[in-house]
Order: sequence, then C-alpha cells, then structure tokens
Amino acid sequence: MSQSYNRGTVEDFGRWREFTAGMWAWIFHKFTGWVLVGYLFTHIAVLSTAVGVDPASAQAGSDLYTSTISGLESLLIVRFLEVGLLAVAVFHILNGIRLLMVDLGVGLESQDKSFYASLLLTGAIVVASVPTFLGGKLA
Amino acid sequence: MSTQIEQQETETEADEETEPEVESPGDRRRAQRDERQAQEQAQREVEEETLDDEDTITLKVFRYDPEVEGKQEPRFDDFRVPFHKGMTILDALIYARDHYDSSLTFRHSCRQAVCGSDALFVNGRQRLGCKTQISELDDPIRIEPLPHQEVVKDLVVDMEHFYDQMEAVEPYFDADETPDDKLEEQRQTRENREKVKMSTRCIWCGACMSSCNIAAGDNEYLGPAAINKAYRFAMDEREGENRKQERLRIIEQEHGVWRCQTQFSCTEVCPKDIPLTEHIQELKREAVKNNLKFW
Ligand code: HEM
Ligand code: SF4
Ligand code: FES
Repeated sequence: MSQSYNRGTVEDFGRWREFTAGMWAWIFHKFTGWVLVGYLFTHIAVLSTAVGVDPASAQAGSDLYTSTISGLESLLIVRFLEVGLLAVAVFHILNGIRLLMVDLGVGLESQDKSFYASLLLTGAIVVASVPTFLGGKLA
Repeated sequence: MSTQIEQQETETEADEETEPEVESPGDRRRAQRDERQAQEQAQREVEEETLDDEDTITLKVFRYDPEVEGKQEPRFDDFRVPFHKGMTILDALIYARDHYDSSLTFRHSCRQAVCGSDALFVNGRQRLGCKTQISELDDPIRIEPLPHQEVVKDLVVDMEHFYDQMEAVEPYFDADETPDDKLEEQRQTRENREKVKMSTRCIWCGACMSSCNIAAGDNEYLGPAAINKAYRFAMDEREGENRKQERLRIIEQEHGVWRCQTQFSCTEVCPKDIPLTEHIQELKREAVKNNLKFW
C-alpha cells in the first residue's frame, strides 16, 4: 500500500471546533498551575535579594525590603498583575478542589457545572478584590 | 461545482466491441469514459439545479486518496443533498455517494449505532454518522475522518492501533474457576450486572480514543475504550480474585489508567453514553486500594 497522509498535530488542532467543559478546565488548570510556579520563583528571587541586615535603616523605614516593596507597589502594572495572580490562584484552587472530587468519584455527572461554578466564583472574588489591589495611592 | 475525480477505468470495458478497428481499444475506452463522465456531470448538474434551496444541506467532505492522482493532496468537496426529516449524516453521505460520486469512501454497515463503523469528525467533534441528526447541526456540515488516526482514503481511517489497544487488555471473560458441570451457567448477581452494564455497551467505534488529547500524544496509552473494556471484566465478580489481580496489573501499568487527566472528552463523545471517565477513575482508586496497605 502506498503511504498514507499524516495530518500532523498542528492541522489536527486547528480543525477542532468543540472543546467541552472538562477540556477547558484541563487547559486552564495546566496554565494556571504553571503561572503559579513561575510566580513562586519570581517571588523567591525578588524577596531573597531584598532582605538587608541593617537594623538602623529598618527602624527609619528606608531599608532595602521596604523600599523594594513600596517601589513595586507604586507601579500600576504591578497592581494589575496582582489582580491577575489572584485570579489565577483562585481558579487553580477552586478547580483543584473540583479535580479532587473527580478523583474521589464524587459528582462526576456535574463536572461541567462545577467547572462553570469555579469560573463564576473566581470572577466574583477577583472583582471584589479590585478595590483592595488598585485602591491604595500609587506612591 | 466539479468534484468528480478523473476516474480510473476498471469496469464496463468489454461492453461494446462493434466499433471500426482504426481506433485503438484504449482510444475507444477513453472516448467512452469522457462521454460517460460528461453525462454524469450533466445529470448531476440537472439534479442539483432542481433541488429546492429550502430543503437542501451542504456537506463539505474531506477527500484524500494516495493511490489516485489528483486526490493525493487532501481537499474538501461540496455536495448539495436534499434534506428530509430524520436524515442522519450517514444518510446524507450515502446520498452523495449514490447520486454524485461513487468514489466517495466511508465505512458503514448497520445504520443503527450497533456496528461502530461510522465514527466521523463532524463539525469539529467525534460523532457516529448514523446516530447524528442533520437537523441538529449547522449548515454547511464539515465531515472529516477521525483525528489522530492515519487516513487510508477519504473518511476511512486506520483502526489497527485502536484494535491493538483493545486486545491488550485481554477483552474476554476468563474465570478462575469454571463449573464442574460444563453445561451449568455462570450466573452473575443482578447488582454486579448493573455495575458493569454500561461498560458492556461499547461498539468499538474509536470515537473516544480519537477525542483524547492524551492518547494523541502517547501512543502506548491504552485509551478510554480499552480501559472501559478492562473495567467490564475486572469488575465482573465471576472471574475471581486471581484474574482480577492480573487485570489490575495491566490497568495500572505506566501507560494505563494513570495517563488519564480527566478531561472528559471521551465521555462527551461516546455514542453509547458510557461514563468512561467514571470507569477510569474507579479503576484508579481500585489500583490504589490494591497497592496501599497500611497494616
Ligand atoms: C490550594 C491550592 C492548590 C490546589 C487545591 C491544587 C490542586 C491541584 C490539583 C488537584 C492538580 C492536579 C491536576 C490533575 O489532576 O491533572 C494540580 C496540578 C498542578 N498544580 Fe496545583 N493546586 C494548588 C496550588 C498550587 C500552587 C501554589 C502551584 C504552584 C506553585 C500549583 C501548581 C500546579 C501545577 C504546575 C500543576 C500541573 C501539574 C501537571 O502538569 O500535571 N498548584 N493542582
Ligand atoms: S467507549 Fe464509546 S466512544 Fe469509545 S469505542 Fe466504545 S462506543 Fe465508541
Ligand atoms: S453504521 Fe453501524 S454504527 Fe453507524
């Protein structure tokens, strides 16, 4: 038989028209999980290089740690990134709980509804957090 | 709309042998073929003309045939097919093949969701052709062969790998002990029958395997259908403890149940409504319980 035509991964993906809830949940969960890992390392890198040992300047509130934090908080982009981080973390946690239920075999018939519920709840929590994150004065 | 492929001459050659000898037989056949094709084309145009716009649907069908020049480059052909109430994807394909292009190739047999021959990729989702109502789909309807399998021709894919995975879980009843009297029935309790009932419905159509992202990336993954098959026997209490342990060893191997990431794609597409993810998850828990001993 002559060789047959291999459609290839990229082409396959482009033809997909219908992702169902479970598939979206999986994609979002992978994405948010890796964003959280990325944040964790950035977080460690920034803070571990910002701890000075100078009691005098710490007393005066002008030590490296305080100035690093307030410097970051004065940037609007950082405020928005914080909202994004919360969104990512909340979704990952809520959907993580959903996945734990799925692993335990609880309520598999409503796995799509629990995904939509995770999305809605994430949205609500994120909206509620906006005043806190964006409210303070950009010093 | 010209979707007709230059047909390779194989049939009806010896029909008329009365023409003068000046022409070579090849010339004559070619002339006959051209004439017939022109006729067919004209007939098709007339048929399509007379179709009322209201009651027709358009199929966009994937075409590919490595053995026919002009079809080696995959493409989509349009077919306008008259619609009638209750028409399925398979009915429409059969109409297109019988009226427009006899080279259009697809598998089908029972037409009633029993044989599992006609799983197709319709409007971006795996569906069983004979079980999918056209009235539920948006026009035009895009019909493609199942993704993640090699295309042999048009809508026909190579199912060999799928069958291999099914065989890998030893899909046959195999009890530790059989009754002494060979004629005695091996009875199953009603509860146990209920437990495995859904899992016995599989028709080996391959829709689930094709929809699975993990199976696409890991050729050794048993896949939803095979794991479901394994579930059907591992959960059958009549087989006995030894056989169940052997079955669990197959299920819990590296490319067994643990590859599943609970995307639920297989469960969504299964035309027999088998709760595949649920069965896979139950086998995962079964495997854990089997290996974790705290005493
Ligand atoms: C309460 C908090 C959390 C819960 C409930 C949770 C839950 C889960 C669960 C259940 C999974 C498995 C998904 C699956 O079955 O495929 C998972 C995957 C993952 N989680 Fe979390 N998680 C939490 C916090 C975090 C944090 C803080 C990070 C990053 C530092 C993180 C990073 C990841 C990553 C990268 C994956 C994907 C692993 C893979 O590729 O399979 N998670 N999470
Ligand atoms: S489990 Fe469902 S989708 Fe998969 S092969 Fe069997 S019938 Fe088809
Ligand atoms: S033709 Fe038998 S399942 Fe569709």
